[in-house]
Amino acid sequence: MKTALVGTAKGLIVYTTTANGLQPETIHFTGFAVNMVYIDERSGWWWVGVAHKHWGQKLHYSDDQGNSWQETEVPTFLGAELPNGNQARLRQIWCMQHGGYDQPNVLWLGTDPGGLFCSDDSGKTFSLVESLWNHASRKSQMQWFGAGSDYPFIHSIVVDPEDSQHVYVAVSCAGVFESVDGGKSWRPRNQGLVAAYLPNPHVEVGHDPHRLVMAKSNHRVLWQQNHCGVFYSANGGKHWQDVSATDGIPYYGFALVVDEKDAGRAWVIPVESDEQRVAPGLQLNVYETKNFGKSWHTQSEGLPQGSVFDIVLRQAFTKKNELMVFGTTNGNLYYSYQKSIRWKLASTHLTKINTINIV
Amino acid sequence: MTKVRFTAALTRFFPGLKELNVEGSTVQEVLDQVSSEMPGIANYLLEEDGSLRKHVNIFVKDRLIKDRNTLSDKVHSQDEILIYQALSGG
Repeated sequence: MKTALVGTAKGLIVYTTTANGLQPETIHFTGFAVNMVYIDERSGWWWVGVAHKHWGQKLHYSDDQGNSWQETEVPTFLGAELPNGNQARLRQIWCMQHGGYDQPNVLWLGTDPGGLFCSDDSGKTFSLVESLWNHASRKSQMQWFGAGSDYPFIHSIVVDPEDSQHVYVAVSCAGVFESVDGGKSWRPRNQGLVAAYLPNPHVEVGHDPHRLVMAKSNHRVLWQQNHCGVFYSANGGKHWQDVSATDGIPYYGFALVVDEKDAGRAWVIPVESDEQRVAPGLQLNVYETKNFGKSWHTQSEGLPQGSVFDIVLRQAFTKKNELMVFGTTNGNLYYSYQKSIRWKLASTHLTKINTINIV
Repeated sequence: MTKVRFTAALTRFFPGLKELNVEGSTVQEVLDQVSSEMPGIANYLLEEDGSLRKHVNIFVKDRLIKDRNTLSDKVHSQDEILIYQALSGG
């Protein structure tokens, strides 16, 4: 049995796999926007970032699979300034990542506005990673900027399973940054990316990765769904290869998953463009590649075709071994099994699905 | 003593929350006392720089406070303070 945690604009819904498919079991934080769901595979703890319209961002965890929840302190910027001189304030908790099995108490956390935080006490407290916050590209060169949001935000954190000091973050907009010393220093890793919205599309910093994923079967392979295409890197981000389809789909989008066993196999769910943000041709399609993006084909059996206004956000598509699950902005939740991809509707009439994680 | 009343919405997060009577000559001082009696509530009402959250309103004797940044509005004994969430859609 597998459990899927589905974070929506109006609460967290816990689904389990049964003989009848993916079934809803329990609902938590009803009425509140759940923007981040993270399962720490080391401890088994469930982490949830909740955005209250009135009361701000909150961070909760459960050490008993959702039977009870505790609230912990959210990270604070403690006087850190934005480039305009205003004090930075936490606007959204975007993502979390454990710091490796050799650092059992370390957790990373990414936020809007562009803050990377680290906890060395299992999430009781978080400290701003000043080496990245004060990176020249952000602080003096002003190469970080908001897109979609007013400020840049960190939505993806990747820790190398072979070396917990080796960390990547993806910033929208700035790009991918790599640290090989546990976050003490950072270098941009954006060569080969395209920033088609800038006068110089090949800037070192100023790119817009929408989702960054490391292949589990080959830790040198990174994938990203970017504002300007789908890219992969065979050498840990030193160079990125544009593998968008020649006919333009896939190109733009948010969601991306990579097969656990085959680093060259990945799936994306394209979106028409940054101006329209609808499914291409108003058809909801999943695209698959089995050859590092040399070719793409649809895997859309079971999905509605025509007059569909659903798109899939960057953290709302996930897979764990055989089970693949995605949720849409219109509150439709689909799942399939990888060995024979046929999408089934697990729920409809939900609200906007922000994020999904499978236990 | 100043009487402080809260929106019922806050009882979801602070189940024991009731009307409080505290000392304080400014809204900030009153909130400091409220926080000491109800740990954690300041994080719900205030931004991390101490300013009032955008969608939280504080009334002193039925009047909305003017200083949302440093909460310097004066409070007198016998005043009643109301802490409400702002009306919003969605």
